[in-house]
Amino acid sequence: MAQNIVIIDTGCANISSVKFALERLGVAVTVSDDPATIKASDKAFLPGVGSAQNAMASIAQKGLIETIQQLTQPTLGVCLGMQLMTQLSHESGLHNAEHVDCLGLIPGTVEKMSVGKLRLPHMGWNTVNPSNNELFKGISHGTYFYFVHGYAVPVYEHTLASCEYGMAFSAAIHKDNFYGVQFHPERSGDAGAQLLENFVSL
Amino acid sequence: MLARRIIPCLDVRDGKVVKGVQFRNHEIIGDIVPLAQQYAKAGADELVFYDITASSDARVVDKSWVERIAQVIDIPFCVAGGIKSVEDAGKILAMGADKISINSPALANPELITELHDAYGQQCIVIGIDSHFNDQTGKYEVYQFTGDETRTQQTSWETADWVEEVQRRGAGEIVLNCMNQDGVRQGYDLKQLSAIRSICDVPLIASGGAGKIHHFADVFKEADVDGALAASVFHKGIIEIAELKTYLHKETIPMRTV
Repeated sequence: MAQNIVIIDTGCANISSVKFALERLGVAVTVSDDPATIKASDKAFLPGVGSAQNAMASIAQKGLIETIQQLTQPTLGVCLGMQLMTQLSHESGLHNAEHVDCLGLIPGTVEKMSVGKLRLPHMGWNTVNPSNNELFKGISHGTYFYFVHGYAVPVYEHTLASCEYGMAFSAAIHKDNFYGVQFHPERSGDAGAQLLENFVSL
Repeated sequence: MLARRIIPCLDVRDGKVVKGVQFRNHEIIGDIVPLAQQYAKAGADELVFYDITASSDARVVDKSWVERIAQVIDIPFCVAGGIKSVEDAGKILAMGADKISINSPALANPELITELHDAYGQQCIVIGIDSHFNDQTGKYEVYQFTGDETRTQQTSWETADWVEEVQRRGAGEIVLNCMNQDGVRQGYDLKQLSAIRSICDVPLIASGGAGKIHHFADVFKEADVDGALAASVFHKGIIEIAELKTYLHKETIPMRTV
């Protein structure tokens, strides 16, 4: 039976690329900011690029915070979407807030990366080390995924896969029905397609 | 480990991929979408599409090809040329581009960089810089409107100063195109790129001069750039991407192999 897959329209910019990546897998998707449509989905995507502050403001303005918090179906956050799943982000933007409250779907906080002499943002293809889990089924240690970010979630008990760039950080996190990936599966070639297929098959 | 990036650049004019020598005499190479797919399959880490007519023609350019690329490509890509406002950039990003690159419009209005940073985040703001070595003054100078030879002009910026300025304003990546080297395949400008590297805290992409496979090893080893961009050597089949990446991997430069 065809699944009902919804990309939550967060008002952020990478929605088309996530949609196209799923369509390349032959999966039909709906992009929506309607609470009823989002709730009725079999799987949901929470995309996001830009700053945590703008994205949370957009989600709040659309009245979607509680809708997302109440989801019980598998939900995948991508890049900033993953970061928004945590409790709070220190990416406070230019408005002098000390931090931004996030959705609180998975414990943890988003910190500015501290990478010594390396360049930020962390941009490009980096190797990911997954633990044994369904989301990374068939994806071996050292597989390259595409990253673009300057903030990250440290490695902790909810880490599903880790990555190194001047420091170890979470490449993917998980709690209950909520999954988040820091990289962009929609731009990570065959490995990204495999991960999306795994998620759709959960 | 973060891999260094190999980035084919496709210069686009009226929906076709073209290539000129030192920005002149453009010849048609082929259609955008099949070429983009071909490069993605061959192992390119990222693609850059420069709409080379846009900035200098001051006309509204049809960018529908951006969406057609986004539908078929599963690696990141950047669109450059003719993006003059936050609204222009938003449209390109909404069509599925991962990054937008600004060159002449940033020189005309540096505040645009800050506005783009605030609207879409640092990660998608690339600043392209056309830098020319003036052998009379001994200085590297920034040029604008390089897509059209009749309008190409020197700006008041020295390259290093402009590199500092765009970082202050929120650039997420810098593509440094060394104009003296462009299209002549004699190697990247290692001296200039090394100097800029030392003042560049965001990713730096080398552009202009790739001709032989060892030029790529040179620029990663000597100038420590994050990516190397090239056009004609790929379009003309002088260098195969898979072969290049195998070679660089053997040279101990971290490469994503497919």
